[in-house]
Amino acid sequence: MAIVPQDLRYTKEHEWIRVERDLATVGITDYAAGQLGDIVFVELPEVGRKVEQFAAVGVIESVKAVSDLFAPVGGEVVETNAELASRPELLNSEPFGAGWMIRIRISDSGQLSKLLGPATYEELTREA
Amino acid sequence: MAQAHDAPLATPLADRHQALGARIVEFGGWLMPVQYSGILEEHRAVRARAGLFDLSHMGELFVEGPEAAASLGYALTTDPASLKVGRAQYSMICFPDGGILDDLIVYRLTDERYLVVANASNAGAVSDALAERLAGFSVVLDDRSLATALVAIQGPRAAGVLAPLTDVALDGLRYYSIAEGHVAGVAALVARTGYTGEDGFEIFVDVAGAGRIWDVLIETGESAGVVPVGLGARDTLRLEAGMPLYGNELGPDTTPFEAGLGRVVNLEKAGDFVGRAALAKARADGPRRQLVGLVVRGRGIARQGYDVFAGDRRTGVVTSGTLSPTLGEPIAMAYVTPSDAEPGTILAVGVRDQRVPAEVVPLPFYKRPA
Repeated sequence: MAIVPQDLRYTKEHEWIRVERDLATVGITDYAAGQLGDIVFVELPEVGRKVEQFAAVGVIESVKAVSDLFAPVGGEVVETNAELASRPELLNSEPFGAGWMIRIRISDSGQLSKLLGPATYEELTREA
Repeated sequence: MAQAHDAPLATPLADRHQALGARIVEFGGWLMPVQYSGILEEHRAVRARAGLFDLSHMGELFVEGPEAAASLGYALTTDPASLKVGRAQYSMICFPDGGILDDLIVYRLTDERYLVVANASNAGAVSDALAERLAGFSVVLDDRSLATALVAIQGPRAAGVLAPLTDVALDGLRYYSIAEGHVAGVAALVARTGYTGEDGFEIFVDVAGAGRIWDVLIETGESAGVVPVGLGARDTLRLEAGMPLYGNELGPDTTPFEAGLGRVVNLEKAGDFVGRAALAKARADGPRRQLVGLVVRGRGIARQGYDVFAGDRRTGVVTSGTLSPTLGEPIAMAYVTPSDAEPGTILAVGVRDQRVPAEVVPLPFYKRPA
């Protein structure tokens, strides 16, 4: 069974988001990483880029498939995880920790209401 | 006779894969394990030690009779009559227009008995085509695909693990040979063939005996680090070894010459064969496109369907691609215009909205150490 931390929020596209004031840390979930298999390549948006909620902003490549990274919330990308260039496998081994992907300065915190809570997300993964 | 099935079929080892926690997908009408512990780990295990594969979805067609050799010489592009008993050859069955219906391995079991192994996705079509082409020859076609399981062990440690479990003398079994005997006490055909680029064996057995052979190989192989391997790693292994996959590199719109496999078209053999005229013309005309190996020299993974460019001009398309676990770089096979096919040529692959440089390299990408 995939891990679903209770202190995070989620998207239908299997991103997780941790919000601290107006800063959001974003990654993909343990469930998503498991579905993708061994991740070998990650393409992240540039720092400074303005992103819209639910827009495709990056790419995750596993051995067998390509998948988009969607921004859970709109704002400005203020940091990206440089480790992932050399260690993309962190998305498989530590998706909620060292495998974090980008940090966004949130422009409209009202958008957070469109995200899923852990119970709803867990339900989603069970139905899949 | 080939039958249509609505629901996908389970191999005789389905319960083993479930118990091992494999991810199961549908492939060619069968439910198959795509991975167990993970594609990269399974791939590396085969290169370093050995892996165990359930390939029971493949088609096994036995052809027997006084005209077995002649009938297969008519149906296929190679000359199975030239095979010594106990030897095998890579072959193709083509359409009358020279397009490829399937790629095959043909094993000569006795003077008058052959085993033709077809891809799972084409087993029915090959069975039907052979039935049609063999009509009129003094020969019997016995499609035993559903009655036959196939367990493969591939990797540098394969021979060491299998030898004590079989009465077939593996030392005397050359690459592309087959022998009849027993594995783990079960009657089986043991062939030294494979699809990984490593040494290895493919064990054909009646479905009732598959479980025992699998269980014994898993158990005795454990100390040698043998692991079960799924179709995901099977694909990355064969791609590194430069081996074509039907549906990617090979298909009805491709001739063997375009795929660099002109050696399977034996125009010198006696007698007519299906596709002879079209293939003779194709050989004389030269290929319109050529299969090449590519190593991506920038950041990006080339995948099936991505365009290939020479400067601004589109020159072809990627047929297979992945991140090579052994090389650590993205590799691909692609069809390109023959004038762009020289090794060393720098082309570009369209990866999303970028053009990523890729160098033409000779195949295979990986050769096992001597």
